Amino acid sequence: MTITTYFMEATYLVASILFVLALKGMSHPETARRGMFLAEGGMFAAIVGTLVGAHIVTWVWIIAGLAVGSIIGAWMAVSVPMTAMPQRTALSHAFGALAAALVGIGEFVVKASQMGAVTRGALGFEVMLGALTTTGSLIAAGKLQGVIAGKPTQFRGQNAINLALAIAMVASFVFFWIQPQTVAAFYTMLGLAFVFGVLLVIPIGSADMPVVMSLLNSYAGLAAAATGFVLGNNVLIIAGTLDGFSGFILSVLMCKAMNRSITNVLFGGFGAIIAEASSNAGGVMREISLDDAAMQLAFANRVIFVPGYGLATAQAQHACRELGELLESRGVTVKYAIHPVAGRMPGHMNVLLAEANVPYSSLCEMEQINPEFPSTDVAVVIGANDVVNPDARDNPKSIIAGMPILEVDRARSVIVLKRGQGRGFSGLENPLFFKPCTAMLYGDAKSSLSHLAQAVQHV
Amino acid sequence: MNPAVLIASVYVFALAAFLGYQVISRVPPLLHTPLMSATNAISGISLIGSLVLAGAKGYPLPAHILGFVAVTTATVNVVGGFGITDRMLKMFGKRKPEATPEAKPETKVVKK
Repeated sequence: MTITTYFMEATYLVASILFVLALKGMSHPETARRGMFLAEGGMFAAIVGTLVGAHIVTWVWIIAGLAVGSIIGAWMAVSVPMTAMPQRTALSHAFGALAAALVGIGEFVVKASQMGAVTRGALGFEVMLGALTTTGSLIAAGKLQGVIAGKPTQFRGQNAINLALAIAMVASFVFFWIQPQTVAAFYTMLGLAFVFGVLLVIPIGSADMPVVMSLLNSYAGLAAAATGFVLGNNVLIIAGTLDGFSGFILSVLMCKAMNRSITNVLFGGFGAIIAEASSNAGGVMREISLDDAAMQLAFANRVIFVPGYGLATAQAQHACRELGELLESRGVTVKYAIHPVAGRMPGHMNVLLAEANVPYSSLCEMEQINPEFPSTDVAVVIGANDVVNPDARDNPKSIIAGMPILEVDRARSVIVLKRGQGRGFSGLENPLFFKPCTAMLYGDAKSSLSHLAQAVQHV
Repeated sequence: MNPAVLIASVYVFALAAFLGYQVISRVPPLLHTPLMSATNAISGISLIGSLVLAGAKGYPLPAHILGFVAVTTATVNVVGGFGITDRMLKMFGKRKPEATPEAKPETKVVKK
């Protein structure tokens, strides 16, 4: 080993430690930002270490790649609005996974003949995961952006076709593993993985995106970890594993928050099912006028806002915070109840409300806020539906039975801001809307909220 | 890969998984979006593999070109990921709105 190699390995060790410290910092909003500076430092060190220690002979491609990538990356970081965070993250997973897949293909092109069985196995794993995550993430991003229909795309025999494809993909992987000379097996596996990524995400409805996002996050990380095994590089293994596990933990949390298994999310095609068992959802929805709603809010003691994906689509986070502040200035206690799967990715609502300057101490998690609903005068539901559907708790026949919900129906009164009388993404009727204590305020959430604020001022 | 290196790598993987589980289960739901974007940026570490492919000794031109694309996408991942994570965490760092005096001057509409 030469001195430059030692230097390179030292930077990798430093980077690994800094990455772990960075994630430790994420345990609190106060320390999170400082933690990320550490991670950035670690990344910089690893890059410098590699450039010094890896016997670089051709600089053109490296400099060009770094320059182009930095420009696109910086542009994305600065220009993407917070409401578009889920699709940006999905796109980012696609980029990361593609890089891992390409490194794998490059290694295959150059060194396939000298690889041992273990390295070949890791390589196949890396390329397969990388490729399917790339196309899967692109589809997810397309769905979130609205370029591709958010409704699950399903056809007869879909699961059978997916299964057949998965078997063919794994078979070509095994074939490549046993017979490294057969180049065709490797490329077949690569092609099948790209196709499989598309088919994996297409049948999943937009409402299940938090799980899909977490899973893709996990896959992208595992692909990077596999790259580490191929290259015999520990920092890649560590960073990839951290990412892989973080994605895995998030998927499990999201599934728990919907009371469903990962298999059910991936292969159930949820959201395509039109539930016939929407039992007690009968009766009339009571509409409320702006002035009456404003009056209720202005004279309440405690108000809880319950945001859902509708808040994001209407970009109503600022209007929501303004109304909240106005109420607080009148002495009303205002809190925000965040369901774990509200929105399209884990923590989506928190980010939006933080952008609107809502202090994080007023953002409450489900377990923490549920006992407070009975003593709440008004719960304001903004573009949320399934996460406040009492059927999940009361009706064992409902397809969302057992999913933990925000128990807004226990509040003294409920105001639901909704665009129209339509159903939620799961296609379920929501008995909450028919309860006597519930009043509906139709219209775009953003304009409804700012009109409410004006009306409260005149009370 | 010789067996000793493989075993060491498996150790690294297992310990990193364990450590990751311990550290990440402590992240509050409040920060789940920044967490995802941060771990995504960190996994952009495959950039260092891409760098080797794009320019190291012993790799032919096709590998360099694959490497160039990989360096580009991995850099997008790293720069974009860290950039946006920081933008989000800055928002969470804010205390009460009153604490940021520079909050609103440009939103005032001056009527003439």
